Amino acid sequence: MYKGKGVFGMVKLSASSVEKINEICDRYVDEPTPLMMILSDIQNEYGYIPLEVQELVSKKTGISVAEIYGVVTFYSFFSLTPKGKYVIGCCLGTACYVKGAQQVIDKFSEILKIKPGETSSDGLFTLDALRCIGACGIAPAVSINGTVYPKMSVDKVPAIINEYKAKEAAA
Amino acid sequence: MTLVNIKIEGVPYQVEEGLTILEAAKACGYEIPSLCAFNHGECNQGSCRVCLVEATGARGLVASCVYPVNEGMEVRISTPKATEARRRSVELLLSNHNQNCQQCDKNGKCELLHVATLTGAREGAFAGVHSDTYLDELAPGLIRDTSKCILCGRCIARCSNAHGMGILGFENRGFRTFVSPAENRGFNDSPCIQCGQCVNVCPTGALMEHSEIDKVDAALKAGKHVVIQAAPAVRAALGEEFGYPVGTPVTGKMIAAMRRLGFERVYDVNFGADLTIMEEGTELLHRLTEGGVLPMITSCSPGWINYAEYNYGDLLDHLSSCKSPHQMQGAIIKSYWAEQKGYDPKDVFVVSVMPCVAKKFERQREQMNVNGIDDVDAVITTRELARMIKRSGIIFNRLPDEDWDGDIMGDYTGAAVIFGVTGGVMEAALRTVYFKLTGSEYGRVAFEEVRGHDAGIREASIDINGTVVNVAIASGMKSAKILLDEIREGKSKYHFIEIMGCPGGCINGGGQPYVRPVFLPNEDDNILDTYKEKRAKALYSEDERQVVRQSHNNPQIAELYEKFLGEPNSHKAHELLHTTYAAREGFND
Repeated sequence: MYKGKGVFGMVKLSASSVEKINEICDRYVDEPTPLMMILSDIQNEYGYIPLEVQELVSKKTGISVAEIYGVVTFYSFFSLTPKGKYVIGCCLGTACYVKGAQQVIDKFSEILKIKPGETSSDGLFTLDALRCIGACGIAPAVSINGTVYPKMSVDKVPAIINEYKAKEAAA
Repeated sequence: MTLVNIKIEGVPYQVEEGLTILEAAKACGYEIPSLCAFNHGECNQGSCRVCLVEATGARGLVASCVYPVNEGMEVRISTPKATEARRRSVELLLSNHNQNCQQCDKNGKCELLHVATLTGAREGAFAGVHSDTYLDELAPGLIRDTSKCILCGRCIARCSNAHGMGILGFENRGFRTFVSPAENRGFNDSPCIQCGQCVNVCPTGALMEHSEIDKVDAALKAGKHVVIQAAPAVRAALGEEFGYPVGTPVTGKMIAAMRRLGFERVYDVNFGADLTIMEEGTELLHRLTEGGVLPMITSCSPGWINYAEYNYGDLLDHLSSCKSPHQMQGAIIKSYWAEQKGYDPKDVFVVSVMPCVAKKFERQREQMNVNGIDDVDAVITTRELARMIKRSGIIFNRLPDEDWDGDIMGDYTGAAVIFGVTGGVMEAALRTVYFKLTGSEYGRVAFEEVRGHDAGIREASIDINGTVVNVAIASGMKSAKILLDEIREGKSKYHFIEIMGCPGGCINGGGQPYVRPVFLPNEDDNILDTYKEKRAKALYSEDERQVVRQSHNNPQIAELYEKFLGEPNSHKAHELLHTTYAAREGFND
């Protein structure tokens, strides 16, 4: 049985979020294909792009929600869930891979108890598997919020995690 | 038009510049096996790689559906290299395809199986990992089974072109790509209107109507009083399933077939359509003369109703409160008819044959019952009726022409027949409204100005004894949206608007036989451009053949009001024949 809820329109986002997202969409009104730029700005602003936001972008741009969702899930830069405070990007490009990157990311996974693409329950860490980040000379490479850790090994992983946990405890 | 010189298999031709190799070859008499390309580039992803050919000037083989011809090009279709490559493309598609062809309702109309046969694709040529698959069987109208999807993108294109909606899209990338509503939601949990246009273009069994043949079988087996009623548009297309040329009306044979399938009564929904006109026409007159909400909008199309509830919850007052014809007729069968027959309504089972899959949704709406008794118990599409006929061994083409059961609700008028085409409900209503306002029949009978057979908006101003009625007609939600936004902005000049969900109306409904040029070798090459017009003509010609062409002149309708309902829009009529609407959220949680 299909009973109407008597509700329509955007009801889940705060007025300020609606205003912000509308403003982001307005930045690119003159662009013939504005979607990537809009989504990129929203990803940077909010750290993720949930369905409610996609609905609003759809309403503003006339691009269907399914198409926006398709773009968000196509590019690994976009995320449907909030990212952690520290985003650990393990490069799994060819050079890093042959130098043992898989073991490194597995170690992060084991200690943080999250799979690549997931965020730890305390919201502190997100683990991402990256394709080549162009740092083959220092393979295997790991990048955490822009800081690159060269020539990584499994042994170095616990210390790095503890470094960030300590930073958090001190704050 | 600039012509270019090309050669196909060494033979010189002159063809139009800008054509793809596939189109040019077709013009020269070659049907290159192809799969994803559809309807003059409505879908042209070049994604399936089935139509590979050799062409000079290109590196390697090219997908002929996207590669344009150019001056001096030499195309080779049947070289061993191209033939083998096409076969391999199909084998790769099959390697990731659920091949339960015997159980698949698309069997016989499956374009993948067709190209597999043409190219000689071998079973199990590539064994490997299958991508994850998803099955959505919860929507009353449609089923999505990604295990059969070949990622051609036709459904995505059709949803945007017909409705401007784009419910479906590609999700993820590479081997993990699949087609679905956003968030891999079910159709029930997205603003899909369940019109079935995507089903009509899907080359495989990935998108199908939600069959209710099992329900009908169970009711017949249980010994219920099973009554079947068929919508106007069904007769204009059913013949296509049995090899008749597109646009051949097969009313008499359809009736004969339904009778042989074991139904107790075989009724025409046209009676319900006449009833709808009496109710809706009266409602319009009330609104015109007593200052009701205008414009009034028709409510026969459940796809359109879904769209309105999802997107225009603030305009629902504009919808006519009338149920659609088959729901009205179902309600009458369960009340008046059952009473006359001395049956308990609970033992009566009403089956509607519809050109539509959204009707399957409509019949399950909570508003579509009277005192706990559903108006209609099962809705089968034109295609499903054809399947029932075929499995029963009936040789359709050899059936005699028979007539509808004539008791109680056998009469119908020409006005009802044309419900099946865009503009038809409007025209039928105008014939009756004209009579009610002037006391005499409209001389020409037909209101040519509202006729058509395709999407888009038509409008007319009808002067009825000094009362000017401005009307507009739209089919397909892309067109409807324009009229609805005008109403929302307070700029609409119309009194009465007809909206149909599918482009062209019910003749092009999501439950109608598939129109696939490859399976219609005797039709013109441009059949995808002409089938709607041909089916519409079948209905208009039936209207012209009717002696009575205005709903208010249907004698059994008059009798029904006299003996049972009282008058149009009476209390009893409201209880049985009218309904309510409620705004709905598209992406519900």
